[in-house]
Amino acid sequence: MKTARVAYGGAIHAATPSGAGVRLADGRVLAEDAVVWLPPFDVGTVIALGLNYADHVKELARELTVTTRDEPLVFLKGPGALIGHRGFTRRPAGVSYMHYECELAVVIGKTAAQVHRADAMQHVAGYTVCNDYAIRDYLENWYRPNLRVKNRDGCTVLGPWFVDAADVPDPHALALRTRVNGRVTQQGSTADMVNDIPALIEYLSEFMTLRAGDVILTGTPDGVVNVNIGDEVVTEIDGIGRLVNTIVGDDLFGL
Amino acid sequence: MSALPLCFDVPPYRLSGVVYGALLNHAPLLAALGDGVNQAPYKAAPKAPVLQVKPRNTLAADGERIEVPAGVPGLEMGATLGIVIGRTACRVARAEALSFVAGYTIVNDISVPQPSHYRPAVRWRARDGFCPIGPRVVPASDLPEPDARVVRVSIDGEWVHETSIGERLRGVAQLIADVTEFMTLQPGDLLLLGSAAGAPLARAGQSVAVAIDGIGILRNTFVAAGAGA
Repeated sequence: MKTARVAYGGAIHAATPSGAGVRLADGRVLAEDAVVWLPPFDVGTVIALGLNYADHVKELARELTVTTRDEPLVFLKGPGALIGHRGFTRRPAGVSYMHYECELAVVIGKTAAQVHRADAMQHVAGYTVCNDYAIRDYLENWYRPNLRVKNRDGCTVLGPWFVDAADVPDPHALALRTRVNGRVTQQGSTADMVNDIPALIEYLSEFMTLRAGDVILTGTPDGVVNVNIGDEVVTEIDGIGRLVNTIVGDDLFGL
Repeated sequence: MSALPLCFDVPPYRLSGVVYGALLNHAPLLAALGDGVNQAPYKAAPKAPVLQVKPRNTLAADGERIEVPAGVPGLEMGATLGIVIGRTACRVARAEALSFVAGYTIVNDISVPQPSHYRPAVRWRARDGFCPIGPRVVPASDLPEPDARVVRVSIDGEWVHETSIGERLRGVAQLIADVTEFMTLQPGDLLLLGSAAGAPLARAGQSVAVAIDGIGILRNTFVAAGAGA
């Protein structure tokens, strides 16, 4: 089952797919662009992985002095970063390198503390697509990746659908890709994660109790490129969803 | 968010459960690195505020017992002022910043001490219970000069550390201005001003009190992991 949360007609609704559009819980059927899409579930702690695809490690290795043998590179995000499908993300004037990251988002379904990897998947409620932008101009070498790079308002896009875990028989065999203005710029497979989902849940739950609604952004493969104002960025994972975002400028924000 | 048994659960003092904290916001912390701040891996002193997220699993209340993980000799007691945001704060000017504050509380930003500030693992700062908050939120109007407060830490009843909040690189207003330049804070969000150099360590079996004059005393005890928190 796929579910979304959308705003329409002055209220927030649960929605399910209906053709190319959505069906609200109250029966109304609407076009995809007739509703405002919100992150598709009530989001708790946002846990993100850096460098969790071998090829992306290689892509950034010179800069990041990291190897895949190190422990998972985890960072945390706050709720202000989140926006939904078909949202707008601001590229500040004067920056030179802002890039998307297409990621499988794993949503925790029940409390997980000290979970062994063999039992990890039963704590997963489902999945969605994440596009986790970074603006590398703001990178500083203190508590990397610093929040000014990775926790900016509206820079973490989630959706469109929350897909039940039962409908994703193998989350480690999903093709993912990003298109910028229709051109494929990033391709990969969740099979290439350095730390797979059970390993991540085991690692995280050793020190932090995970709760329903917590979400693990599992990292991105090779192929991140700069995006500019006006670009339509579509991050897509087969069987999970196709997440659309548009880059906008400061002018919309009164700057 | 977390079911904190706090006695100030009324707007605008109700906490959202979202906690951001400043790190290295005290000049002696950077001074201790000497020219190291300009060497690899840092290569330059921080420009923007150095920030962290304390996730909801870290939240703890006054009086709670906190686990010390096995193999860790002591936890660092990061005593800090907690700034409770009172209204949505986005790109706030320093001169206006204090008008966005609902009140103040005490926070112990606990961590497993680490020598490196480059990319320390989140697990050293985000363990369950590593962010005790309380015992109450004092309305901002009762604390008109937040940067003039004294922060003290006691371990097993002995006061071992005392600093003035005013020694921070960024005071309350400047920190709010610099943080909201790129991330909006919501009512009930907590922004930690950051702890001072020389933060004391606490071991399993010890009791810790963090006091800020005008707010109160936040008390917690530390137990060995597995002993029941």
